[in-house]
Amino acid sequence: MIELRDVHKSFGKNEVLKGITASVAKSEVVCVIGPSGSGKSTILRCINGLESYEAGDVLIEGARVEREAPSIVGIRTRVSMVFQRFNLFPHRTALENVIEGPIYVKHEPRSEATARGHELLAKVGLADKADAFPGQLSGGQQQRVAIARALAMQPKAILFDEPTSALDPELVGDVLSVMRKLAEDGMTMLVVTHEMGFARDVADRVLFIDGGVIVEQGAAKSLLSQPQHPRTQDFLRRVLHPL
Amino acid sequence: MEKFLSDATEFFPILLQGVGLTILVTLGSLLLSTVLGMIWALMRVSEFRVISAISAGLINLIRGIPIIVLLFYLYFVMPDFGITLTALQAAILGLGIAYSAYQAENFRAGIEAIDKGQIEAAQAIGMGWWLTMRRVIVPQAVRIVLPPYGNIMIMMLKDSSQASTITVAELALQGKLIASSTFKNTSVFTLVALMYLTMSIPLILLVRHFEKKSQR
Repeated sequence: MIELRDVHKSFGKNEVLKGITASVAKSEVVCVIGPSGSGKSTILRCINGLESYEAGDVLIEGARVEREAPSIVGIRTRVSMVFQRFNLFPHRTALENVIEGPIYVKHEPRSEATARGHELLAKVGLADKADAFPGQLSGGQQQRVAIARALAMQPKAILFDEPTSALDPELVGDVLSVMRKLAEDGMTMLVVTHEMGFARDVADRVLFIDGGVIVEQGAAKSLLSQPQHPRTQDFLRRVLHPL
Repeated sequence: MEKFLSDATEFFPILLQGVGLTILVTLGSLLLSTVLGMIWALMRVSEFRVISAISAGLINLIRGIPIIVLLFYLYFVMPDFGITLTALQAAILGLGIAYSAYQAENFRAGIEAIDKGQIEAAQAIGMGWWLTMRRVIVPQAVRIVLPPYGNIMIMMLKDSSQASTITVAELALQGKLIASSTFKNTSVFTLVALMYLTMSIPLILLVRHFEKKSQR
C-alpha cells in the first residue's frame, strides 16, 4: 500500500531523512515513534507530497509520489492526512469542512456528500455539531472533525501526524478511541505518536526513528516491551518513566 | 454665514455635476486597481521566483511615480505613441494603476497572514493552487484585508481630485472654475471641502464596520 525505499530528505545542509525504507500493508496500523526532530513528521509529509524528497522512492499502490507532478492530486485523494494542529477551515462549519473535498475536489453531488458528511460526523461522535464552527469546538472535537474530513475523501490510507499532541490530556481519549475504531474497521493507518498505550494496543507494528534513520522496527508489543537497541531502550525509558 | 448659504444654493447644482465625475473616476479606478492589485498580489505570492520578481518590480515602479506624473504621461505622452485617451479614461486608468500597487501590498499581506497549515490542509484533500486560493485563502484573507481596503477607498475618493490636472471637470476643478470666475474663494472651497467630507463619511463608517467585523 505505502512503500518507502531509501528515502533521503534535507532541509538545506541538514539531512533529516537518511535513507528510510519501510512499508505499510493494506489494513495495517503502523506507529512511528521517536524523539522530536528525528524526522517522523517529515516521513508523513513526504508520503502525501507536502514535502519533496531528494533521493529514493515513495510509492502509493505502486505509483511514485512526486510533489510537482499532476498525479499528486490523485495520490492525495487516496491518502488523507490528519494534522497535529487540526488545520480545520475556520470560516466553514464542521459539516462544510467535511464535505469540502468531496464536493470541490471529487465533484460529488452535494446531497450525496452532505448525507455522508452527517454519517461521518456521527461516526466520530459529533452528530450534533454539524453546524458549529471550529472556533466553537474543543480541541478534541476539532480533531475528530478533521478525522471525519479525512475519511470523507474515502481514502485507502490515513496519515496521522501527532494527532493528540496539541490536545489537553482529558481530550486525548476521545480522539484515540475514534482512531481505534478506524483501525478495527480495517483502515490502513500510519500514525506518528507519543501515545505508547495506543501504539501497544492498536498498532500492528512500530517503527522507532532517531536521527533520520529507522533504528528498530517490529511487532508493536514486542518492540515496546522488549526493545533490542540501546537507543530504543533509552527513549522508551524516558517516555514511560519521565521522572 | 447668510452669504455662504446664498452662495451655496447658487453653486451647489454646478458642483453637483462635478460630484458625478468624482464618483465615476473613484469607482472606475477602484475597480481597476482592485483587479490589477489582485493580479499583482497573486503573482507576488507565486512559488515561481520569476513571476514574483516581475510583480515586485512592477509594484515598486508604480509606487515610485507620483500619481500626477502618471496622469500627465497617460494624457499628454501616450498620444505621441498613437494612443489617445479621453481625459476621463486617462484619469481612471492612471489612478487605477497608481493604486493597484497599494491594493497589491494589502492583498499580499492578507494572503500571507493565513496560517500555512490551511494551505497544507487544502493540499492534503487534493486541492490545487486555484481551488486553494478560491475556497480557503481568499475567503479568510478578505476579513483581514477589508479595513485597509476601506481606507484605500477614502484615499482614492480624495485623490480623484488629481484628475483635475488633466482637465476632468470633477468636483475640485468645478470648484476652481467657479472660484476663479466669481472670486468667492471662501464660499466655493468651503462648499467643495464639505462635499468631499460628506462623501467620505459613509466610507469612514464602512471602515469602522469592517474593523469590528474582522475583530470578531
